[in-house]
Parts: sequence; structure tokens; C-alpha cells
Amino acid sequence: MNFSRLLKTIFLVEFISGLYMAVKELFRKSKTINYPFEKGPISPRMRGEHALRRYPNGEERCIACKLCEAVCPAQAITIESSERSDGSRKTTRYDIDMLKCIYCGLCQESCPVDAIVQGPNFEFATETREELYYNKEKLLENGDRWESVLAKNIKLDKPYR
Amino acid sequence: MIEYLEILGQEVYKIIFLLVPILVSVAMIVWLDRRVWGLVQKRKGPNVVGPFGLFQTLADALKYIFKEIIIPASANKVVFILAPIVTMTLALVAWAVIPMSEDLVLANINVGILYLFAISSLGVYGIIMGGWASNSKYPFLGAIRSAAQMVSYEVSIGIIIINVLLCVGSLNLNDIVIAQKELWFVIPLFPMFVIFFISSLAETNRPPFDLPEAEAELVAGYQTEYSGMMYAMFWLGEYANILLMCAMGSILFLGGWLPLMDIYPLNIIPAPIWMILKILFLFLLFALIKAIVPRYRYDQLMRLGWKIFLPFSLIYLVLTASFLFYFDKLPKVNI
Repeated sequence: MNFSRLLKTIFLVEFISGLYMAVKELFRKSKTINYPFEKGPISPRMRGEHALRRYPNGEERCIACKLCEAVCPAQAITIESSERSDGSRKTTRYDIDMLKCIYCGLCQESCPVDAIVQGPNFEFATETREELYYNKEKLLENGDRWESVLAKNIKLDKPYR
Repeated sequence: MIEYLEILGQEVYKIIFLLVPILVSVAMIVWLDRRVWGLVQKRKGPNVVGPFGLFQTLADALKYIFKEIIIPASANKVVFILAPIVTMTLALVAWAVIPMSEDLVLANINVGILYLFAISSLGVYGIIMGGWASNSKYPFLGAIRSAAQMVSYEVSIGIIIINVLLCVGSLNLNDIVIAQKELWFVIPLFPMFVIFFISSLAETNRPPFDLPEAEAELVAGYQTEYSGMMYAMFWLGEYANILLMCAMGSILFLGGWLPLMDIYPLNIIPAPIWMILKILFLFLLFALIKAIVPRYRYDQLMRLGWKIFLPFSLIYLVLTASFLFYFDKLPKVNI
């Protein structure tokens, strides 16, 4: 141990400078936010909870092409379809197992009609597992609830797709 | 009989008048500790319950009260239950002699500092009892470490206290405060103040000396098996001890309830407020240090205590004594 280091140790130089820094930081703004009351910014590409969208006239967008079902790496999507009375092909069943889902976003990328999308909502924790097996009604309801945000996000993200 | 009851009633009244403010201030101090810790680390700290989160500790206490107390099957039941009670009682009992002003003291005994020192040394029993009675390896290791640590730092604290007593000539805490009327002991005995402060960090198991509860190695040390209200009592005792060490530091070195200077705007502020301010200042240092320092290794801790603090405070004791003797400034003791 050389002399200057010894002096530094005796006079607690590093400790005092650390203390000075701590006092300085004490009065600076903190980096965290009060989460449930404040929320951080979310990108328009946020891959949160799924939603099935409708056309403005109320018609479901999904045409039951099953591309999302095929591309889903976690095999979380199950689709059954049939012909409707007016001759168009529509889904009779559209289930997403949110517990299997890995939120990769491939379903919304594969969708040719922007029907299945992942919205900005990430606060959908439930008390039972069963509530996370989403069916078509739940997904459509999500779509109706988040439609304004979803449309805006798709528009914002369009130049980059 | 009636007279006896009357006196007893008065004493109980006094004790409650002392205990309630201490318990409340312990709750506030826990909040302050967590808040400062959070702010230094750029977090917000508790700020939800009540104004500025001030009632966070009360909410925590409420939670602890409603939690189940789990007693391990292989534990020694009596000692296990006794340990937190001992810790908390000892931490609170010591407050009896702390003078908040010249008259505002529960027991103005003339061996006050000796009493304080004895009680704070007994504090280690609660920890050892808790660690041993849990009958589990982590609490046991934590308790052993804690015992060794507290014993070794008590030695240097004792010698530091002798240093102060040499300048005072009395063991009464009020006399110690009054002796600092001219000059706070922090100025002539500054190195001793620093060592006292660091030793009191070790004595209360605060970072950087929180080895007994080093969570990376020992889970939670001697508290591992405790839950519910018993854990809360340990916790309360710990913080009451920290406050006590701050009070001791302010009495021994920072002039206790004396104002900063005996000039007009400062000396109309009542004495207890000065005492509280000094305790708060020391506690703020405790809290800041918790946020900035890494933990000592066990052998480093022992080396610091035995090879550096003890010889240094002994040398300083000799220096103080020779200085006082040479300049004939030894306090006159009237027997």
C-alpha cells in the first residue's frame, strides 16, 4: 500500500465522495414512475393483448384463411370455418390460448385483412387459467373496445411495413 | 396502598408518554430510511399510503399483525418466542435514560452511560437466542456472526466512551451534555466521532456491516424462521436500536439537547427539538450510507474492528489523557 493510498484510506476520501454523490442524486428526479397511476410510453408496434377487428359497417374482417393458425409458432390459435348463408366464408370458431401465446406478432403480420392484431393492452391478468382461453366473442369484444387505438397504431406503423 | 398505586400510576403514565413517541418515530424512521434509500437509487420509495407514503410502516405493521406466526417443529418454542421480545424490550428499555432536555428524562440516573452501554450489549442476546432456537443452519450462522461482530465493535465503542468520559468526569448523560456547552466534543474528538459512527453501524447490523443478514449467503440471517408479528418485533427492535445509537452519538459528540450556538434565534428553539434534529441528522447519514456502500467481507470486518479501530482508539485515549493532564484540564470530580 503506497503512501497516497494510505492517506486516502485514513481520510475516507472515496467514502466521502460517494456520500457527496448520494446527496446530489437525492435531489434529482427519479427514473421510475408510479406504475398503476402513471404509465410509460408504448410504441405503436406494441404486441400486447389480441383483438379481432371489424369493418366500419360492423362486418368481421376475418375471412378464415387460417394463415395465422398456420404461422403461429406456439400453435395457440384454433380456427374452424364454414360458409355463411350469403356465400362468404367466415369463422365459426376462433380461439387463442393466451397461455400458449408467445406474443411474437407473426399472426398480425400474416393477416391479409388486418383482422387479428395485437393491441397496446398488457394489463389483462386474470385469477383463473380458464379466463385466458380467449374465444371469438372475447376477441371481437377486444376489437370493439380498442378499435380507435388499433386503427391509429396501424396507420402510424404503415410506412415501416 | 393508595399512595403506592398513585406512584405506580404516575410511573406508568410517564413510561407510556415515552414509549408511544418512540414507537411512532420508529415507524417514521423506517419510512425515511426506505425513502432515502429509494431516492438515492433513483427510485421513488414508498409514496402511496398516506401523505408522501408516511403511513407505509403502519400498513406494514397491520399486515404483520394479521399474518400467521409459524413456529418450526424442531425449534425450541420458549426461546424462539422469547427472542424477539428480548430484542424489542431491550431496545426500548434503553430509552429510559436518554435526556431530551435537562428535565425531560424518565430516569436521570448518575450511571446513565454505563446503563446504556450495558443494555445495548445485552441486545446481542435476542439475536443469539433467535438464531439458536430456530434450530436451522442459516439463522445459526447469522447469529454467530452477529455475536462476534457486536462483541468486537463494543470494545472500541467502550474505549471511545471512556475518551468522552475523560473530558466530562461524570457518567450522567445530562452532565455529558452540559460539559459540551463551550465546545461540542465532535471537534476535539473528531476521529473518535468517526470511529464511533462506523462502530455503531456495525453494532446495529446496518450496511456495510449487515453480515448477520447477508441475504446472498444467509437468506435473512437470524430472522429466517420468523414470521408475522415476531418478525416485526425484531425489525422494530432493530430500528429502535439504530435510533438509540443515533441518540447516543448526538449526546456524546453533538451536544445532545444543546442548541447549535448559544445565540438569540437558536436558543429559543426548545431543547427536545435540537435533540430530535441531531438524531435525525445522524439517522440520515445512516440511511445514506445504506444506499452507497457494498457489504464488508467477514474477515475484513473483524480486521477493521480489532486491528484498526481498537488500537487507534486506545492511542487516542492515551493522547486525550496526556493532553488533559499536561494542561491541567482534567475535570474536577466533587465526591
